Amino acid sequence: MATLRLEQVCVPLRSFDLELSLDVGATVALVGPSGSGKTTTLRVIAGLMRPKSGRVTVDEEVWFDGARGRVLPPEARRVGLVFQEYALFPHMSVRQNVEYARRHAADEYLERFRVSHLANARPGELSGGERQRVALARALARDPEVLLLDEPLAALDAHTKTTVRAELHDLLAELDIPVLLVTHDFEDAAALAERVSVIVEGRLRQTGTPGELVAGPTDAFVASFTGANLLQGEAYAHDGSTRVRLDDGTVVAIAEPAHGHVALAVYPGDITLATTPPHDSALNVIHAPIRSVAELGSRVRLAVGPVSAEITAESLARLGLRPGQAVYASFKATGTRVVAEHEPPAPSAGA
Amino acid sequence: MRAVFAVCAAAAVAFLALPVVAIFLRVPPGALVAQLTEPAARDALLVSLKTNAIAQALVLGIGTPAAYVLATNRFRGRSLVLTLVELPLVLPPAVAGIGLLAAFGRLGLLGSSLSTFGISLPFTQTAVTMAVAYVASPLYIRQAIAAFEATDPNLAAASRTLGAGPFRTFFRVVLPLARGGLIAGLALSFARGLGEFGATIMFAGSLQKVTQTLPLAIYAQFNLPEGFNAALAMGGALVVFSIVLLAGLHIGLSWQRSDSNRSVSLFGLSTSS
Repeated sequence: MATLRLEQVCVPLRSFDLELSLDVGATVALVGPSGSGKTTTLRVIAGLMRPKSGRVTVDEEVWFDGARGRVLPPEARRVGLVFQEYALFPHMSVRQNVEYARRHAADEYLERFRVSHLANARPGELSGGERQRVALARALARDPEVLLLDEPLAALDAHTKTTVRAELHDLLAELDIPVLLVTHDFEDAAALAERVSVIVEGRLRQTGTPGELVAGPTDAFVASFTGANLLQGEAYAHDGSTRVRLDDGTVVAIAEPAHGHVALAVYPGDITLATTPPHDSALNVIHAPIRSVAELGSRVRLAVGPVSAEITAESLARLGLRPGQAVYASFKATGTRVVAEHEPPAPSAGA
Repeated sequence: MRAVFAVCAAAAVAFLALPVVAIFLRVPPGALVAQLTEPAARDALLVSLKTNAIAQALVLGIGTPAAYVLATNRFRGRSLVLTLVELPLVLPPAVAGIGLLAAFGRLGLLGSSLSTFGISLPFTQTAVTMAVAYVASPLYIRQAIAAFEATDPNLAAASRTLGAGPFRTFFRVVLPLARGGLIAGLALSFARGLGEFGATIMFAGSLQKVTQTLPLAIYAQFNLPEGFNAALAMGGALVVFSIVLLAGLHIGLSWQRSDSNRSVSLFGLSTSS
């Protein structure tokens, strides 16, 4: 498989510079909050935006080289870009959209994406899921060397999203080209990509497999982005182990040495809930009332004091938990990770 | 309350429609056709059609790319440029005419340079075409800019990533999407050009067969004794032409609307869904 390579690409944006080096073989997800430079990265690769400096290459092919002044126009780069709102041509039929690139007969792609029956329909008549399939068919009919997906699931409702995510996963597994997808949702990224890069304000914070990011987030932002609870407090040594006095006064034990002000990451799945105090004194326990209960399919997320815990719907029913009720949330010392603190990025509009 | 509003509406409609109705009440259809076969009317009609056709072709051919450039580029002084483009809209036609003379007349800004090449513009058919283009093109360009600005830039971007160069992108994606707005603009420009009087009479004069357009011929007939009916007949011809144009425009727009999910308004307040 080819490798898409971004080398020290620099793009001045309104409030920060996007500075990026990234290798894309197989499927990579670029995740980050809105306005962190994700879409800009895709536009730079596609040639729709010119960086100030850096290089963009696909194997030996140079698409952009700031130092040598080489800039390939978008039409000369074999790139498939699926826009967030799909950008289907509204004045053309589905077939005309897919045929637009003039590389392949449309039929094969219409069939492959199960939109043959919509060949004569206009994009305005399609559902969100259908539009996405047409957009994918159109992008792949171009016979791209690289596929770029901008928030492929953001324009879909929750119900469609689950189905489309599974379909997209299978499609990406079949494709033999580098895929870079952009999303603000870590779960989507983890479901679709082999490697995930977290980008904040134009810089990569961490790259790894989804599992690696969850197991060892480099900083508080990556930790909370991957879904962890963040607890802050003062660490001190105690009988050869480390304790942390949290801001609310609770003392917890952690498995790694630390001191001073620290941030701890605890994943919701590592927290157990009970109505009685746990017998195991090695466990960290937070005793607090349930603030909210949110059902997510077969899993339920409960906010308990400073943390969120995720349990099965079955456990919820068995324990008979209700909002307002005080419970014991417990987790192992080894279930906490000390992470570097980072200023949370200022929220900004646009990507 | 409702009654007052209804009376206002009735008064407005009556006031706007009455002069047009009066023309056709005074001139029976047979007389209208007969008058149009008179040499003065026939010549004026030919001059009008020829100069307007050439002027609108120029407006379309040069105005469209110009509008696209202005719509898609952000540069210093852009709003100044846009104001300059729209300026002829607010100029009284007589001022436009004297301005054209001051620029292209024998003693004008470019007049002497033009005359060294043996070119003299005033009082020629070219001058009529220029006067029409001058007063009418801003209507088209303004509307075209709005239409281009309303097209989703991501669609042009998508076209480029699908391997189409800037030209193919413009003709296959941008132009079809802006079509409704462009048709509306062209119709307004055509209507304005067809009725053009002040700038033409100052810059091109009113010579039968050469520079006398229908509006100028109407005025000339009106000044003749017994010429009122001939003037009315020519007026009727212009009205019929304008109605055909307006109807064509509405048909064109409703076609555009059903054709895609974009809606286009006549006066540049285009929205895309």
